[in-house]
Amino acid sequence: MFRRLPDNSGAATLTVTIDGERHAARTGDTVAAILLMSGARSTRVSPVSGEPRAPYCMMGVCFECLVTIDGVGNRQSCLIEVADGMRIETQKTRREAGK
Amino acid sequence: MRTDNSIDAAYDVAIVGAGPAGLAAAAVTAGCDLSTILLDENAGPGGQIYRAITSTPVGGETILDRDYWDGKDLVLDLKDTATHYLPRATVWNLSRDREIGVSVGGQAHMLSAKRVILATGAMERPFAIPGWTLPGVMTIGAAQTVLKSSGLVPEGRVVLAGCGPLLWLCAYQLLKSGCAIQAILDTTDAGARRGALRHAPEFARSHYLAKGVKLMAYVRRKARVINRVTALSAHGDGRLDSISYVGKSGALERMPADHLLLHQGVIPNVNLAMSVGIPHTWDEVQLCWSPTVDSFGTTPIDGIAIAGDGAGIAGGWAAADRGRLAGIAAVRAIDPHRAGLPDELAIRRDLDLALRGRAFIDHMYRPAKVFRIPTDDTIVCRCEEITAGQIRQTVAIGCEGPNQLKSFLRCGMGPCQGRLCGTTVTEVIAEARGVPAAEVGYYRLRPPVKPITLSELAAMPQTDAAKKAVLRL
Repeated sequence: MFRRLPDNSGAATLTVTIDGERHAARTGDTVAAILLMSGARSTRVSPVSGEPRAPYCMMGVCFECLVTIDGVGNRQSCLIEVADGMRIETQKTRREAGK
Repeated sequence: MRTDNSIDAAYDVAIVGAGPAGLAAAAVTAGCDLSTILLDENAGPGGQIYRAITSTPVGGETILDRDYWDGKDLVLDLKDTATHYLPRATVWNLSRDREIGVSVGGQAHMLSAKRVILATGAMERPFAIPGWTLPGVMTIGAAQTVLKSSGLVPEGRVVLAGCGPLLWLCAYQLLKSGCAIQAILDTTDAGARRGALRHAPEFARSHYLAKGVKLMAYVRRKARVINRVTALSAHGDGRLDSISYVGKSGALERMPADHLLLHQGVIPNVNLAMSVGIPHTWDEVQLCWSPTVDSFGTTPIDGIAIAGDGAGIAGGWAAADRGRLAGIAAVRAIDPHRAGLPDELAIRRDLDLALRGRAFIDHMYRPAKVFRIPTDDTIVCRCEEITAGQIRQTVAIGCEGPNQLKSFLRCGMGPCQGRLCGTTVTEVIAEARGVPAAEVGYYRLRPPVKPITLSELAAMPQTDAAKKAVLRL
């Protein structure tokens, strides 16, 4: 897990849900950063073996941090900033029809 | 500077990437009144080195030093220009006639430019070890990114492993953040160390020396550094719980770990440049693919240049100068009589200073072969879970290169589009065949170089002529 250093930046606090559970975030956080802080075991599973994966590069090249955001699957969570009320779902199966 | 999402059909100059090279290039072209669009995938300017430079919650110079804060000037230089800076913009296509496909906010657009400057920078070299796909294993750059952008540090037992300047810088920054580092496994190759010696006098006169000495001395005081590591694995059931390594003693040691942060240098981010057909050659010193460019970053493809680390690794300071030079070349091509360009010679003198000491770093931190060409049981292609052993078996039955390998194994055909395996695949095949890497080549890359949804494409504005071309009435 990751923890946040004392923050005096004055960035606004907002709330997102990760797999239905509420988590606090700050303006400017990426979705992947919040996932790293939340204790989520993984972002997605490998479609080949089903093994869990988690953010690896945090810069948009590895695609390990793919999650479902507001109903849209396979989003690169390290490139997307949180928004208040955002619904984040980790991807637990190989393929989820309709996402 | 404007940041609205209304994208014009055509610009004089389109720049991809808002790191030091892209920011500096835009300051030159927009400063010379060329219409300039600066496209960047991230939410803010700075690229990786100056990540979150305008928004980081980590203030002061305790954790992020003066070299980081220098990035602010590059952003300030753009403020008073008419640059159209477009963050959160993913470029997925670039054609030879300089048509760019870009997605912003779920909407795809096409735009064209007289000159294109690719400033797509670098990525960390793949570090394929057994267990590197486990949650809990990430790159050192990734940890640094969340530190800069959100002020996050890893908790628990943190182990760093690898070699290169970024390893020491990030270790320093984590320690200064109050993060306890359990151990640093130094994989610097003994042979490379010897090879670097002849470049030491030049390095001693470089800006790298003082900073390097300070960082390494501090880190060695505060953390346990295990030298001459020659093997490394990550272990755990669905999550990292320990690592094993072989150090100086030659014995296999095990250590519990919650985080393993890996780094062995950076390599050019080649996907966009290769997809438009810019030739790349294998750099035998930096051990990576580098594009063919002249001293202005100009490539053999008409009107397309590459600036910064994407044109060969030289660091952030040099990237800004290389961006300025590419900007000057763009201005001269479009507006040959333009007066008031930045002083090219002064930029080249500054670039020489920036490059001083790089040869030492390039040689010193050439990653050891054992960490570039992994053992049979190691996953090379993370997306398709293809091991080095499978690649070698496929070579043994006659597969000669990365593109043929796709047909056999789907290696390199997952969502990362070969970014995390391509360099390793080239070297594994080259070693197995006993030929130089240059002869093996790289994946043939095609647009879209980033995934794009059909709905984004479908929503793109179409001309009547384009509709008529495909409609059957």
